[in-house]
This record gives sequence, C-alpha cells and structure tokens, in this order.
Amino acid sequence: MTNNKKPIVVVEGLRKYYPVGNSNTSRARQMVHAVDDVSFEIAEGETLGIVGESGCGKSTIGRQIMALERPNAGKIWYDGQDITAMSESQLRGIRTEFQMIFQDTNSSLNPRKQIYDILATPMLYHKIATKENVKQEVERLLDMVGLAKSSLNKFPHEFSGGQRQRIGIARALSLKPRLLVCDEPVSALDVSVQAQILNLLTSLQEEMNLTYVFIGHGLGAVRYISTRIAVMYLGKIVEIADAKDLFENPQHPYTKALVDASPIPDPNLRDRSRIVISGEIPSPVNPPSGCRYHPRCPYAKEECKKVDMELQVVDSSSSHLCACPFYATNLAKEE
Amino acid sequence: MPLLQVKDLEVAFEKEHEELVFVDKVNFHVDEGEILCIVGESGCGKSVTALSIMGLLGQQGRVKSGEVLFNGRDLLKLKEKELDQIRGNEIAMVFQDVMNCLNPSFTVGNQMAEAIRIHLGYDKKKTKEHAIQLLEKVGLPDAKAVMKKYPHMLSGGMRQRVMIAMALICRPKLLIADEPTTALDVTIQLQIMKLLLELRDEYHMSILLITHDIGVVAEEADRVVVMYAGQCVEETDVHSLFKKPAHPYTEALLQSVPTIYGDPARKLKSIPGTVPENYQELEGCRFADRCSYATKECYTKQEYHEVEPGHLVRCWKGLLNNDKQ
Repeated sequence: MTNNKKPIVVVEGLRKYYPVGNSNTSRARQMVHAVDDVSFEIAEGETLGIVGESGCGKSTIGRQIMALERPNAGKIWYDGQDITAMSESQLRGIRTEFQMIFQDTNSSLNPRKQIYDILATPMLYHKIATKENVKQEVERLLDMVGLAKSSLNKFPHEFSGGQRQRIGIARALSLKPRLLVCDEPVSALDVSVQAQILNLLTSLQEEMNLTYVFIGHGLGAVRYISTRIAVMYLGKIVEIADAKDLFENPQHPYTKALVDASPIPDPNLRDRSRIVISGEIPSPVNPPSGCRYHPRCPYAKEECKKVDMELQVVDSSSSHLCACPFYATNLAKEE
Repeated sequence: MPLLQVKDLEVAFEKEHEELVFVDKVNFHVDEGEILCIVGESGCGKSVTALSIMGLLGQQGRVKSGEVLFNGRDLLKLKEKELDQIRGNEIAMVFQDVMNCLNPSFTVGNQMAEAIRIHLGYDKKKTKEHAIQLLEKVGLPDAKAVMKKYPHMLSGGMRQRVMIAMALICRPKLLIADEPTTALDVTIQLQIMKLLLELRDEYHMSILLITHDIGVVAEEADRVVVMYAGQCVEETDVHSLFKKPAHPYTEALLQSVPTIYGDPARKLKSIPGTVPENYQELEGCRFADRCSYATKECYTKQEYHEVEPGHLVRCWKGLLNNDKQ
C-alpha cells in the first residue's frame, strides 16, 4: 500500500563507522561498524519503525537522516536532493523540514530557558513567525500538544516526563516539518503516559500529514505506531515489512526470536512456545562474517558463515524483504 | 503461614523538614514457592516497600508503623546484627542498576568470595569452588574467566547473572528482584526471566518481583499487587487480574499497554492527567481525578476490601465496573 506513494527519503548503501577509543593509540584503526550497507525508502505520510537491541545502529540511522553526521559511504536523498553531498549552509535551508524528538528530555531541553523561548527562538530564526505573531504561534503549538497556556513562562524542570516530551514534540513541530525522526520518544515514560504520547503522535500525523521514523526497542509501541517496520541486527537490516505482516509472518530467525522474547500481557498465552536465543550480541568492532546473526541462530548452516546475506523479496506480491533465505524452508521442515 | 507477610506498612521520608508518607498502609503476603509481582508506575512506592523489607531505607527514610513478618518474626523489630543473620542468608535481593551494585574496583571472584566468606565461613578453596559453581549455575559459560573479570568488562546481561549468583550464595528462601530486567534488551530479558524461574523451582524459592512492565507480570507472576500513589489498590491472582480487573486504575493500565498480539488497529486508551503531587493529603481515592467512573463517593476514604476470596481492591465499587461492560 505504501509502494504507490512517492518516497520522501531514500537511503542507499549507508555506512557509518566510528573509531574506537583514542585516535593516538594503536587501537585507532579499530572501528565500530554501527551501520553497514543499509538501504531503504520511506514513503510520504507513513511511519517507518526501526527496532533492534541496543547497539544495533538504529539511532545512528536516525542521526544520518537528520544530517547530524556524515556517513562514511552511501547516499541519503531527501525529497530528491542528496543531503550527504550538501554543504552546511545548503543544509540549513532545508533543515526545517526534518526535525527530531529525543528520548531524554532532560538533556534535550535547555534547563535555563523558559518554554516560550524554547519554542519561539527557532521560529524567529527560521522566519516562520514574526515578532508580532510569535506569541500566538507558541500558544497554538502548546494547545496542539495538549499543554496549558500557563506553561509559557515555566522551565523544563517544572514539568513531568510526559509533559516534557510534549514540549519536545511542540518544538519539533514549530518549524512545520514534513519528516519527524523520533528516537525512542516513549522509552523513558510510564505506560499510561506512553499511551498519551503515542496517541498524540498518531493524531498529529493525521492532522499534518507527517512522515515519521520511529526508533524504538519496545516492540509493542513500535507495532502500534508504524506502517512499516525494519528490524536491525548489528548494523544491518535483517527484515523489513508492513507492520501487520512482520508480526504475523516473521521470516528472519532473529525477528522471530525478538517477537518471541517480547512479553505479551495475557497470562493465558504464557505457555506458548518461545524461542530463547542464547548468547549476546557480538561486538560491532569485529562483527561475525557472513550473516551476522549466525553465531546465535539455531538454524545456522555452513553457508551462513561465509555468504553475506542480502535483503530479498519474500513474496513477489508484497514489499516484505528478508535477509535470510533459509528460514521458510526450516520452518516447513519443523512442521 | 505465609513466608513473608507485610502488614500495614507505613514508610515516611523527610522532605524539607516535613515528613511525607510515601508508602501508606501496604498489605500483602508472599507464599512459599510463589512469585508475587508488585506492579506500578514510577514513584508509586514499590521499590521503597522492597527496601523497607530489607531494612535498607537509609537515613531519610523511616518505617512509621506496621509489621514485616518473615517466617513469623517481625523484621522491623530486629537489631541490625540479628537482621544481618537474615539478610543475604534467607532473603536476598537483586537490583536493576547492577553497575552501581557491584564494586567497580574488585573482580567478580573477589566480591563473590567476600560474601561467601562472611555468610558461610568457607576456607579459600571451598569458597572458590562454590563461587564457580554458582556462576555456572546462572549460565555464565566460562565461569573461571568471569571470576577474574571486573564488572565493567561484562555486558549488562552477564552482570545481572553475576548479581543473581551472589544472591544465591546462601540458598535464600525469598528473593526480592527489583526491576531485574528493565535495563536489558528483550532477548536477554527472556534469558534472565527463564533463569529466575528455573532457580525458583530448583531452590524452592519465593520471588517478590517488582516491575512496571505489564507484560512481565502476565508472563511470570502467580499473584499480583498493583500499587498507585503509595497504596495497594488491588491484589489477586494473575488470571483474574487480567480477566476482570476490579480497580479502574488496573483496568486503565492494562488498556494502555501496546502489545504485539491481537488487533493492531486497537486504539490505546491512555490515562488522562498525572499522579497528583500532594497525594498524601488526599482523603479519598487517589486515582479519582483520573478515573472515568469517578462519582462523589470516591472522594471519601476507600477501604481495601475483599470482593472475592483472595481478591482485594481499594475501590468502593469493587467489581461493579466489570458488570457495566
């Protein structure tokens, strides 16, 4: 359903490595392979969820799309323009169109600025509001995210975590963006507040036709908000599919393990069979050869150690891509 | 007789020369071999309850009244020295923030050995054997190598395993686990939870599991206590909690969890507003202002009463809300 729409972001062959430790030591040549050859598209108006465990590179992708860092290789087209080739001043011209929401509102909101300043400064700088109407605009934003007008002269510490996240959303929306990168916006919040923020994000998306990149590790929240979901493991996308399809019909053994590991709030389903994967994520400094999941994969074959697995179409009628060619056959054998 | 019984526990903290009650008349019990989950959102008093059972409240906190009966003995009346005989020996605790609980400047082996020596008085050789055996038990493959490592050299999941191994030194009857998997990735969370269940069966331990994650409750608990704003609001077995929650807060909490199962188009119900800041001063139900069923009766004192055998709730309507639907 998303294929007919024009993509707003196209990522091609994205690579981002970070050096380990001090550059003066002999370890300087060691690199963390944060994101390694990742390609995907984001259609206008959709929500692309990116899930994976810590260190899988999901936040790094978010930072690259926001042009906060330059990738080591690969290209990112935003609305047809290659942002990796742009100079800083060129970027400044289009930065208003993509904005970011962060997990930690304690460090992403300036503690010494009042909410009015936090919201007004970017609008004045980018000439989205004038001195005359800026107050009105700020009030409109507060209203949109469900905060009282009396919040204007308060400081961030006077708000609860959920309210601070609303301020973060208001600030991101103040520049009238088309794309929002949400980096774990609800992970630090309690469930009841988490639901408030998720519902706010969905209603804002409908109202303003926003496109979201939603980065998270809680599968429930990601499923709730996303149209499509990409599953990442050690810097690679291992599977990408429509949200419904991914949970009903996971194709990659890692996706299956991730889905199985997520607790389901229904005690009647307690005895379902769940795959427990052993071991832990290997170091991204020396990722395993071939399929990066093979040391933990219960279905691993000899080939998996050697051949680098590419994303392939699972079923020609859908947009379901998976980087494991064996899983379907393994499953058939089990049954 | 239950293994642990907490009766009318009241804990106060001093804040700006004022004593504020953060845990208000909390009642629950843990039977032998069962897993009791205390669930609630941040600041509801669940961790403070656990710390007061262990006598670990620190300087600002004070137990105002109540009893904590462990095997019939009131832990609150014991002297520090007598408590030391129970802490670690019969009740052990694992925490969420493992990095702060292990000493960064000593090796794992060193820290394990210290605890074993103090509690069991083994000699050097036996201590080492016991430590390695425990580390193997909690699923650390190369236990001998782990003994020589410092906490920062281990991953989060491995540190949590070391912590559990330490808790098991004296085969405790009760393990208090305060958010043991919250900081871990889901696949590791599942490993740790599986481990705790296996250990419970092997050691016939009871587990008091403190969590904010409804999913974990559904997967692991036998019985559940729901806390809100310093009070217990509901207690029952896990199946009835999910099937017919009696307190509107429990119901709202269950409906606000996004899940990977069931209808994806289901709209999440959020609870409006936030926990009242001055909840200590409220006389009536502390959830009333956020509750969709609230009437004027809710602003009078709410008793914690039994609506069905073993099913307690702090709402005068009890199970009435269920009938309405």
